[in-house]
Amino acid sequence: MFTSYEIGSVYDEMFAREGRPRPQYLALYERLAELPAEELRQRQQAADATFLNQGITFTVYGHDQGTEKIFPYDLIPRIITAAEWAEIERGLTQRIIALNLFLRDVYHEGRILADGVIPRELLYSCRHYRREMRGIHVPRDVYIAVVGTDLVRDADGRFVVLEDNLRVPSGVSYMLVNRQVMKRTFPTLFSRYNVRPTEHYGQALLETLRALAPQHRPDPTIVLLTPGVYNSAYFEHTFLARQMGIQLVEGRDLLAHDNIIYMRTTAGLRRVDVIYRRVDDDFVDPLAFRTDSTLGVAGLLNAYRAGNVGLANAIGTGIADDKAIYAYVPRIISYYLGEEPILPNVETYLLTDETDRRYVLEHLDELVVKAVGESGGYGMLIGPQSTREQRDEFRRRILADPRNYIAQPTLSLSRAACFIDGCVEARHVDLRPYILYGERVVIVPGGLTRVALRRGSLVVNSSQGGGSKDTWVLND
Amino acid sequence: MTKTPMLSRVADSLYWMARYLERAEHTARLLDVNLHSGLDQTPSAAARRWERLLVTLHSVPPDCGATPYAITQALTFDTANNDSIVASIAAARENARQVREQISSEMWEQINRLYLQVRRTSMHEMWSGEPHVFFRAIKEGAHLFQGITDATLSYDEGWWFIQIGRYLERALATATLLDGHFGAFDTGADDLAAGFDYLEWVSLLKSCTAFEAYCKVYTASIRPEHVVEFLLLNADFPRSVRFAADMIQDAAQAIGRASATRGTARVERLAGRLRAALDYGQVDEIMADMHAYLMSVRRMCLQVHDAIYHTYISYSVDTMLG
Repeated sequence: MFTSYEIGSVYDEMFAREGRPRPQYLALYERLAELPAEELRQRQQAADATFLNQGITFTVYGHDQGTEKIFPYDLIPRIITAAEWAEIERGLTQRIIALNLFLRDVYHEGRILADGVIPRELLYSCRHYRREMRGIHVPRDVYIAVVGTDLVRDADGRFVVLEDNLRVPSGVSYMLVNRQVMKRTFPTLFSRYNVRPTEHYGQALLETLRALAPQHRPDPTIVLLTPGVYNSAYFEHTFLARQMGIQLVEGRDLLAHDNIIYMRTTAGLRRVDVIYRRVDDDFVDPLAFRTDSTLGVAGLLNAYRAGNVGLANAIGTGIADDKAIYAYVPRIISYYLGEEPILPNVETYLLTDETDRRYVLEHLDELVVKAVGESGGYGMLIGPQSTREQRDEFRRRILADPRNYIAQPTLSLSRAACFIDGCVEARHVDLRPYILYGERVVIVPGGLTRVALRRGSLVVNSSQGGGSKDTWVLND
Repeated sequence: MTKTPMLSRVADSLYWMARYLERAEHTARLLDVNLHSGLDQTPSAAARRWERLLVTLHSVPPDCGATPYAITQALTFDTANNDSIVASIAAARENARQVREQISSEMWEQINRLYLQVRRTSMHEMWSGEPHVFFRAIKEGAHLFQGITDATLSYDEGWWFIQIGRYLERALATATLLDGHFGAFDTGADDLAAGFDYLEWVSLLKSCTAFEAYCKVYTASIRPEHVVEFLLLNADFPRSVRFAADMIQDAAQAIGRASATRGTARVERLAGRLRAALDYGQVDEIMADMHAYLMSVRRMCLQVHDAIYHTYISYSVDTMLG
């Protein structure tokens, strides 16, 4: 089963060295070694069928309409020890609190700008900066209630933060469904491990949203706003709405009247207090932002400003996950909290800085270049795997608009054991835990482990041939 | 815990899902009967029947001529033609897709299967094979969906919106069918007897899958006034207009109870009036001016539709805030 497994030079999740599994993987390793490949294949097929039959699919853009695919699921779980998780939890909590204080500050007094910690021109040139949010008081001062932060391991196995997703992070439904499927396919193995549960996520999310209700609304009505059936994450929207027992609404179901948001029901208009919106800032209110949007609610921003509705997340949070601002997050943490960051950043070159830019342009074949406002693995150059034409193209783009790009060293993402074509092979993985911030920060132990299923690939995004696996956080 | 009321958009989608599916089934039945009985008719009689078919489906002859092939093609597979079976099923599926989390998975899978089945078939394949088999599959697919709906969905507000959509469509379609049929023959009661064409009346009954049920009540002796009485006023036959009116009223009352909003009285009153018009209709009086009667039935159906929209779906915001 493990005959074609190569440990390689990067950190291996399962093996400390050749033939020596890490202690937390020992039971899993022994179980896999004794299972016939055929049996494993059958379980993989059963798992795939579960996804397809339940319609757990995402839409691929740029293909024929209605191309629905399942997000490939890998049978073999990824294991995180209690000690590792404790560190991740502390680090993410610290980071989210600091980023939230940063958002509160830049949309009000702007102390961090006045103190010269972050250059004004860098902040105000963020694509996701929303002038309209200046001076708006948001419930509990919570801007980022739902966060997904991407972590990777460096060569020594230390977790570092690759990026924060502070706008409309997705994928949490896969974290939950992967666990359901896992418990069905490997019940005995699962029960031998003492794995911390994740299934209370829906309830935790609902509590978080409830905390954002306007005051004097003791029994708030909470809804999930989806762009509709054509959105790639529509399955997740229906899944979460059902988990929480709240209405799944579209923009056309809502209206604003006298700065209050209502939904149209067969029993008349019903007031809405909190909106978990899965619609981007640009589309959320045609009166305030893109006027051609039909996905949002005209007048939502004013209702929000008036304090009559809570939003998760707030508008304009994209400035804090801009990839150029990312380089400043360690400074943001020490500025607001007076602490050293627990989880380190990846070293980042700002292309607006002359020295950095010169270095980057000379080393394009070694670095990863990313567009600052993009996500989902789009707009990226991976130096070592690029062609000369691609590098020339990026050189041209960088020189034309240096503010729009950053560069990072090519990371040696850790590799985890995956079941591929009847064998166990190592593939690169990352980890996206989901952080909730309402009354306090809550992180459900686990996350989405994304896998670059193509041999040698470093891109884990579902839109680019990635898959996922269940992530086990162990109890002590 | 109070139950959250249904979103107007969801009610709208369920209503149209049911209407479009009923429409597809109706068109399939009419085409099937027409293709079949054309076999026993003279070419000129058959041509008149096809013309009438287009009228009863509110459709126009295809550009390439009113041949049976062209009409069948246009009403079955032409995606650009809103009246075609494929367009109706696609519209029903699209409405179902919009509320996929509100209906049962089994319902979604069945309507999706039906859609894929129609999309897979080509006109050539159907025409050179047995059209009857194809149309029967459409009808059965629609019946299966209704059965699955009744077996898997809670009988709450949403289920009643499905019912009211289905039966309003059925009442309208049957009234139009009767009107088209009588418009073609009715030049006074005497001519009716003179122009009596057994085949025409049988195929009218078959267009409503009513032939067997009719025979059980009136035996196989086919008389126009009995056919009218059966298709309009029979209380027990599920495709009669009266039966549909009964269901519409039941649904209107159930929806009114579920939503308890202002203005439900209007929907219920209009539905009650429609029902009364059929409950207390007299076939001899009706046949004195068949067209006027059928038009008034159609008008009352459309009033119920409008009232549902005004009350539950596209109500003006001011009335609800006021």
